[in-house]
Amino acid sequence: MTGFFASEFFHNYRRSSSAIIGSALMVVFAFAVIAGPFLVAQNPYDIASLNLMDSYKPPVWLPGGDAQFWLGTDGQGRDVWASILYGARISLFIGLVAMIASCTIGTLLGLIAGFYGGIIDSVIMRIADIQLSFPSILIALFLMSAVGTGVDKVLIALTAVGWVVYARTVRGSTLSEIEKEYVQAAKVAGLPNHKIIRKHVLPNVLTPLIVIATIQVGTFVLIEASLSFLGVGVPITQPSLGLLIKNGFDVLFSGLWWTSVFPGVAIMMLVFGINLFGDFLRDELNPRLK
Amino acid sequence: MTDQPLLSVRDLRTYFHTFSGTVKAVDGVSFEIGQGEVMGLVGESGGGKSVVGFSILGLIDSPGKIEGGEILLNGKDLAAASEAELREVRGREISMVFQDPMTSLNPLHTVGRQMDEVLRLHTDLDAKARQTACVEMLESVGISRAAERLKAYPHQFSGGMRQRVVIAIALLARPRLIIADEPTTALDVTIQSQILKLMRSQIAEKGASMILITHDLAVVSEMADHITVLYCGKVVERGHTRDLIEAPSHPYTRGLIDSIPDTENRHERLSQVPGTVPDIRNLPKGCNFQDRCPRAQALCAEQEPALAPQHGSLYAACHFPLKPGEAA
Amino acid sequence: MTDTPMLDVRDLQMHFPIGGGLLDRLRVGAGGIRFDNPVVHAVNGVSFKIARGAIMALVGESGCGKSTVAKTIARIYKPTAGEVQVEGEDIAGYGFADLLPVRARMQMIFQDPYASLNPRQRVRDIVAEPLLEQTKGAQDRKDVPRRIEELLARVGLNAEHAGRYPHQFSGGQRQRIGIARALSVTPGLIIADEPVSALDVSIQAQILNLMKDLRDEFGLAYLFISHDLSVVNHIADQVGVMYLGFLVEHAPRDVLFKRPRHPYTRALLSAAPSIKEKRDTEEIVLSGEVPSALSLPSGCCFRTRCPFAWERCAQERPVLQDVGDGQTVACHLIDEPERDKV
Repeated sequence: MTGFFASEFFHNYRRSSSAIIGSALMVVFAFAVIAGPFLVAQNPYDIASLNLMDSYKPPVWLPGGDAQFWLGTDGQGRDVWASILYGARISLFIGLVAMIASCTIGTLLGLIAGFYGGIIDSVIMRIADIQLSFPSILIALFLMSAVGTGVDKVLIALTAVGWVVYARTVRGSTLSEIEKEYVQAAKVAGLPNHKIIRKHVLPNVLTPLIVIATIQVGTFVLIEASLSFLGVGVPITQPSLGLLIKNGFDVLFSGLWWTSVFPGVAIMMLVFGINLFGDFLRDELNPRLK
Repeated sequence: MTDQPLLSVRDLRTYFHTFSGTVKAVDGVSFEIGQGEVMGLVGESGGGKSVVGFSILGLIDSPGKIEGGEILLNGKDLAAASEAELREVRGREISMVFQDPMTSLNPLHTVGRQMDEVLRLHTDLDAKARQTACVEMLESVGISRAAERLKAYPHQFSGGMRQRVVIAIALLARPRLIIADEPTTALDVTIQSQILKLMRSQIAEKGASMILITHDLAVVSEMADHITVLYCGKVVERGHTRDLIEAPSHPYTRGLIDSIPDTENRHERLSQVPGTVPDIRNLPKGCNFQDRCPRAQALCAEQEPALAPQHGSLYAACHFPLKPGEAA
Repeated sequence: MTDTPMLDVRDLQMHFPIGGGLLDRLRVGAGGIRFDNPVVHAVNGVSFKIARGAIMALVGESGCGKSTVAKTIARIYKPTAGEVQVEGEDIAGYGFADLLPVRARMQMIFQDPYASLNPRQRVRDIVAEPLLEQTKGAQDRKDVPRRIEELLARVGLNAEHAGRYPHQFSGGQRQRIGIARALSVTPGLIIADEPVSALDVSIQAQILNLMKDLRDEFGLAYLFISHDLSVVNHIADQVGVMYLGFLVEHAPRDVLFKRPRHPYTRALLSAAPSIKEKRDTEEIVLSGEVPSALSLPSGCCFRTRCPFAWERCAQERPVLQDVGDGQTVACHLIDEPERDKV
């Protein structure tokens, strides 16, 4: 562990303002998501705790604001701040789970396509191309009409599109690694193909995926927000930040802006933080020729 | 031939400041090249030879920097020159031939265009005159149907042909000095032999000088008039080729020569230089070669040896140099 | 000690189809649709034997197929034709399961010390890998760590190196690790694909000495691929010269270097730079470049660059003929020696 703090990576991290700001935003967000709900008095989804008398209270610094609800309330009397904390949980959960699913499926398919080549490679890559031509919105729409809304449907829609970038990247790296002599040496040592892929190719193609995965979490949060905004995302019982924006959108033009804007700001901070840190990671992990 | 050397490098120091320490790639290197001479710069990979070449042309990028010394081209110090002044020199007075012809030629431009560019930058010839010059130069490096070949792209040439093109480009503006960094290492031996012959004849014909950077002692013994041997960024020996090859005084040079399998006197075991090159960020006190030297003694760990004249034309940096005929 | 050679290669052929999938190979014109099938003729009928404990070198320049021969024999590729007999057993058509026991008798060391070791594996895992594939039970595997230590010591490294990663070692040390890996299963044959080409001269000497010592100690046979004639001269017992996938000359080392018969061998020998001042062999200068392996010249593959070529060379491919002293040459000059004037 001390080795890490002495490493070049950490040294460059300390000197990069974007890295520090980016990771700070991510940490704050993660903390808010994990501990947040325990810090707010109100559970916005417990109908019993709501009081309609509190509805549409503006943020605390505006006239009519209430110190109990520092960012204001929505039409049902829900605390916007509490809604953000609960909503962020869902947004982040979806982003992370979809990323993990995409990464797993994409990496596996990319390894197989790159290693075996031939018709397997052609088939997988053609599927990837077709997959990319479907926007996730279309897939989500289809799923909703067929089987209804739900967090799991959103996850499927995101993963269906998200795996392709991993497959493509891993396939390219695989093609280049299998030409290297250490892979041939493993063959001569008598390793079966699946072992070669697992022990030799996989560890050496993972590095670029770190950056892709990090940034994809942010991308997924945004896509999910769009899906929810369009009404084909998460159900009302589990509102993500995107759905919160939508709910507030209806009254936006009556001047009751805070129910929409603050969740929007929350998303922006998360994605911005992820992108900043992701940029730093990309530069750091880029193999530099001596 | 005048007395004034064409290029005089004095105490050149180029250091690289990396996160894990300062790499003294070139640490006090001095040599001179006269008009029409070929100097061989030999040493192990990573020993600083290429860095010398890049330093002369001012092609050292951060984290590297020329920390000190002078590079005098006909009296003008290139180490202190501005980028604009260096641009005048590159291609015109000094040109470079790199090891890998595929990456030193732009794959997106035709060969003709790349050659034309050199002439446009460094001469006043008009388009027609430039075309003629390019055709002549390609023919003189042994590429037939030159006018046609000018319209081809680098990938349409084989490795040996590409290297000929690179040499043609290097010679176009009639430079006075050519720095050739491992120009034939990537080529097959029969092609290498053609290219080396070509370089020898072109240099003789045009009266240019050359620094031939290589780790291949056999190549350098056939091409160079005099040789400078580098080890860990310092000059350990220099002198006329025949003197150095026949009776080297530095144990490292001797070890290098003995390591080459000899077709005539075959021994069961090759004599080898034991051990490995020290970590260049962590050089020992005293002589850099002490850990691998069969002759090392206490003094070698205390004091760094300075270059001193030996027998013949040789200079060596060693406290206990070999005398002619002495076994290592 | 039986007479069966350690390795007996017969008419080995290796052709690689290139040109991509069906859509890429589609060609329309001249009255219809056809699918091109370009093939790289990397190895075209190579035969030789290596006795136990003998060192056979294959030399040639880039594109001659010597590395492909090595990798085909090691069954990294499956030969398109021919036999590869390891101690009498033809492994050319073997599947994975049949090949596994053969891997204990035949191992390989590679050219690039920077690409031949998995950068993410520790040295001890790298060296143990072939051995672990051969020993499956926990009982047999008990001895493996001790064996690794022995191997590392034998190649000149020490026990503390076992836990490190390849990037912490120099080129020469990495080659030693590769050699230790190959030795782990105590093979009878090691295929060495340009093992010292990427090393500096002073390190080359160390590795060559090590390989010779190991041969003396363990009775190893080597198939030694190289483009460097001085290295081959030092280490080989037998030498085969390859050009465009054909074996054009094969002789014991001393015979080849003193009396090369094939024009390509002679050109190769005279082109090699030497540190000696005088050169006794007359120099044969080759013109032109190596033809593409996609379409081999008719007749003799070397005729496009040969200073002696005449009509017969374009019509008839020469076969290897015995010219005495264990030397075989594939050249029409053997039949018509009067044409041999520079």
